[in-house]
Amino acid sequence: MNINNILTEIEKVDPEVYDRLDTRRSAMRQFAKASGRIALTAVPFLLGGMFKKAYAGTTESIGDVLNYALTLEYLEAEFYKAAVASSGLIPAGAPTAAITTIRDHEVAHVNFLKAALGSLSVTPVDQPTFDFSGGKGSGNGPFKNAFSDYGLFLAVAQTFEDTGVRAYKGRAAELMSNNDVLTAALNIHSVEARHASHIRSMRRANLNNSSIKPWITLKDTGGIGAAVQASYDGEEVTSQAGIEIKNINGAAISAEAASESFDEPLTKDQVLAIVDPFIVP
Amino acid sequence: MKQHFNGDAYAQTTNELTARGAQRRKLLSIFGGTAVAATIITSCSKDDDGPSMPTDGIDLGSGDPGILNYAYALEQLEAAFYTQVITTLYTGITASEQALLTDIRDHEIAHREFFKTALGSAAIPGLEVDFSKIDFSSRDSVLATAKAFEDLGVSAYNGAGKLIQSPDYLLLAGKIVSVEARHAGYIRDLISNGSFADSTVIDTNGLDKANTPADVLTVAAGFLKSKLNGSNLPTS
Repeated sequence: MNINNILTEIEKVDPEVYDRLDTRRSAMRQFAKASGRIALTAVPFLLGGMFKKAYAGTTESIGDVLNYALTLEYLEAEFYKAAVASSGLIPAGAPTAAITTIRDHEVAHVNFLKAALGSLSVTPVDQPTFDFSGGKGSGNGPFKNAFSDYGLFLAVAQTFEDTGVRAYKGRAAELMSNNDVLTAALNIHSVEARHASHIRSMRRANLNNSSIKPWITLKDTGGIGAAVQASYDGEEVTSQAGIEIKNINGAAISAEAASESFDEPLTKDQVLAIVDPFIVP
Repeated sequence: MKQHFNGDAYAQTTNELTARGAQRRKLLSIFGGTAVAATIITSCSKDDDGPSMPTDGIDLGSGDPGILNYAYALEQLEAAFYTQVITTLYTGITASEQALLTDIRDHEIAHREFFKTALGSAAIPGLEVDFSKIDFSSRDSVLATAKAFEDLGVSAYNGAGKLIQSPDYLLLAGKIVSVEARHAGYIRDLISNGSFADSTVIDTNGLDKANTPADVLTVAAGFLKSKLNGSNLPTS
């Protein structure tokens, strides 16, 4: 294998290949270090990793991911703002305190993402007008009582949080060329998971239903039903990177536990289809 | 993409690193003084994380396999902890707590075994834990430790994300970290309802913590008899 030939060929279609690789100093360093001692069969693997990082994201594509995240954060922030403002919806005490905490985080995420986009000189998307009934502007969707029916409010909250976790996960790789942005996205991602955990515990207590857990079991919606199934489809997998987790290495791991132990990503298109009914066209 | 690492390649890497370690030890003995030697060793390799990272003990390795071994080490620690929690239930445990702590045990075992299998011959050995500071009969002691482990795990994966080269491994880390965050939220709520994402872990931008391997390994060392060497892990 002649790496110089490969680079020369790439240069014909991408004159900036050397600049890209230079900005990936760590990748180059790792490659230079590793190629001297790693078996030749591993070289294509190392090269692949290097180029994936070098081409993982331009400012434009990173801006696209951050605007996508911003849209989801707008959705959550406005949803919780409206819920906290709906008198009589959320019981006083611990429930109101928890939802207020979550609302504040989502508002902070909106502001943070706007600032991050600004620092990349990318214009933040405008906040859409939302229809939290899930009726695409009709106000008459399946969740039209979400701000008067506490159980329904928690159901929508759970769906938004679980969907948010899956959405960030699905696009993290597109941020690999910018360590700061990637780390910030991961730091938001885990906060959404903490929220999801708490909302699920609230539903477990509110419905006195021990089958609702802080984690996602198979593709179970937690009794919410078909209207939110798309947010859970795909979570039932028990195999990761070709390795079966159920009863792995003789450990008594059920299919339920195997699915719970890994959260699954959603693609951009899957997420946009899920949130589409909540956006007024 | 191959799921398993090339064992031969790793063995070669390990030999090389062992040789480098021997060279460093030689340097140490030549210079005698610890402070001077530490400075020289740090400046010898940009990959070193500074004097806080021990350079003896079980070598986690470098590159993505190193990061996966780092995760494997943390999952070993968590799995061993929850296995003990379920074996010697704390006084006054409720049925709900027992059921969900058993779930967490199973998740951590699943993570541990996944990494062990994925790493294949590149995997570090099973680690010896030191839980002498934990009173497993005490709810407070168990939950405080669980909270520390879960928050640590979340910050470790968040901090490791940028160190990973392969998008596939980044996604795998992402699949696991959100489950750790779910655990963290639940354990925190058990200690004090509503503390699932309080200001001790979440900053004013609404961001969780991200910690470096050096910081995480220092905390983990307090619960391990085995000594871990993360000095060859990537730092950027």
